[in-house]
Amino acid sequence: MSAHILLTLPILFPALGVALCALFWSNKPVQRIVSLVASVGLLGSALALTAAVYDGTVLATSFGNWDAPFGIVFVADMFAAAMVLITGIMAVAIGIYGLNGDIEPRENAFYHLLYQGLLLGVTGAFLTGDIFNLYVWFEIMLISSFGLLALGGTRAQLDAGIKYVTLNLIATTFFLITVAFLYGITGTLNMADLARVLPTLENQGLVTTLAVMFLMAFGSKAAVFPLFYWLPAAYHTASAPIVAIFAALLTKVGVYAIIRTFTLLFDGDAGYTGPIVAGIAIFTMVTGVLGAAAHFDIRRILSFHIISQIGYMLFGIAVATPLAVGGSILYVIHHIIVKANLFLIAGVIERAGGSFDLKKLGGLYASLPMLGVLFLIPALSLAGLPPLSGFWSKFTVIKASLDANHIALAVSGLLVGLLTLYSMLKIWNEAFWKAAPASSAEPLRAWQADRKTRLLMLTPIVALAAITLTIGLFAEPFVDFSMRAGAQLLDKTSYIDAVFGPSQNITEVNP
Amino acid sequence: MEPVFAIAFGVMVAVAAYLLMSRNVLRIVLGLLVLGNAANLSIFTAGRLESRVPPLVPAGEAALAGGANPLPQALILTAIVISFALVAFTVVLFESAHRRLGTLDADAMREAEPLPQATTKKSRKVEESA
Repeated sequence: MSAHILLTLPILFPALGVALCALFWSNKPVQRIVSLVASVGLLGSALALTAAVYDGTVLATSFGNWDAPFGIVFVADMFAAAMVLITGIMAVAIGIYGLNGDIEPRENAFYHLLYQGLLLGVTGAFLTGDIFNLYVWFEIMLISSFGLLALGGTRAQLDAGIKYVTLNLIATTFFLITVAFLYGITGTLNMADLARVLPTLENQGLVTTLAVMFLMAFGSKAAVFPLFYWLPAAYHTASAPIVAIFAALLTKVGVYAIIRTFTLLFDGDAGYTGPIVAGIAIFTMVTGVLGAAAHFDIRRILSFHIISQIGYMLFGIAVATPLAVGGSILYVIHHIIVKANLFLIAGVIERAGGSFDLKKLGGLYASLPMLGVLFLIPALSLAGLPPLSGFWSKFTVIKASLDANHIALAVSGLLVGLLTLYSMLKIWNEAFWKAAPASSAEPLRAWQADRKTRLLMLTPIVALAAITLTIGLFAEPFVDFSMRAGAQLLDKTSYIDAVFGPSQNITEVNP
Repeated sequence: MEPVFAIAFGVMVAVAAYLLMSRNVLRIVLGLLVLGNAANLSIFTAGRLESRVPPLVPAGEAALAGGANPLPQALILTAIVISFALVAFTVVLFESAHRRLGTLDADAMREAEPLPQATTKKSRKVEESA
């Protein structure tokens, strides 16, 4: 297949999903089928895309008969393709889980439309090679997430929505202003062109200022310290499938944007930004994990752990060696699967135990031992215990930081891992091990009686746990892929050549 | 002309920051609106204010000479549409929150993150006013 088709299909499927869901807005069964087919299509096209870039080629294409740097380009290197693939996996897994009835009363309120819109925005943000276009995809992703968050219309959701919407709008507007300044000093918005132009500018001080502004704008999206307040204020109010897709994708788009801009555009002054990012990473890890330790609601514990894990993903930019960047990529991939799975399991715990509050839960290991095992796989992987996926990704980033003499970063990474284990064991002790409270008999009976819901909810969980185990036990291909992707990110020439070089892709597009 | 626009941009951002720090959510919406327009102004200024000639290629010629820079205008058009949609959504969200929560004070909105029992000064005040 040509690069144009490969790069367009992952966008096309969710876009068609949005359009068809809008068309059949009153027909629940049709919307469900459309949404699932679109998600499967996204996964399939993402697989094809990843297969095409697996050997290290970078695919690029431009739209609308405008060649780069004037038209909008889409670019897929190994990192971008891997992120699209993981988006596809999440889209299908959480799409199936979402049929469990959690959002049934609101399904007609455009749930499927917004779900596909979120996937559209996320995929577009991963694939675009144009910084203003990235802003547009961010907005598509945001407006969909606003809708999904406020879908239930409960008091808590409206309250959470106000904080989420306000803080995110400020962050994207700040991003837009930064893009304007970047355009003002370079005269271009194409990222490959920017990568060529930025090092040649006379005023490098202004470039560093812009780098820090981008760090703030994307850092706010990625929920890094001290810009994370919207996340713990909002995530725990949404229902399980919605918060799972948020946890899997939203903050990771911010991380992706940070890694992309700081490897492609602003790698000139790593001596200046490196220590800043390292400090941010340490504070992010520590505040996140301490926040989690304070809470007794499973969703709030897991929300704070998203923040603490974001810190590890910044190791790549803080240390800026190929090993560290590769480790960050591996960490993002591992984390998306594990974190989404934990939120899906939290949904099952709520169904079978009747609450998200650890104080009202108990005895789940006695009644549902398999659920306990399914919980332990992602939970221990999140804490970084061997032989699960979290061990390899933590090992890589911490080894990279030790190699580069970032001792404080490595030590806090290890300590935060320990505290993560504490939080996971708290959930285990309270929800699974302590004696069951009297109130939990009724939900358990309902759970055991409803075979169809069980199947819908547990199938994605088992599948995601299997992926976690696969990454853990057969780590070599995944580590190898991440390392090559990291090396590709640091070597900007392949990206720039793909966009501007004597590429057949562009001529193919414009017959 | 650029310095005037740059100062206007700075003033608008300052106004937006002041409004956004208000406790009244209605002022927050206005702050978002002003901030969005400040962003549009910054794009416009960044595209240089050299010419007032519309960027239209005259009939019979291949290239444009001395027209205004069309790209910032295209970007602003996109940004205006997006910010219009987002602010419209925000207004609806804030309005329904006002109806359900019965307050416009952002500090009193503690539904999603309740304070641990009424021990702090602020929560007592909230209770008294309720």
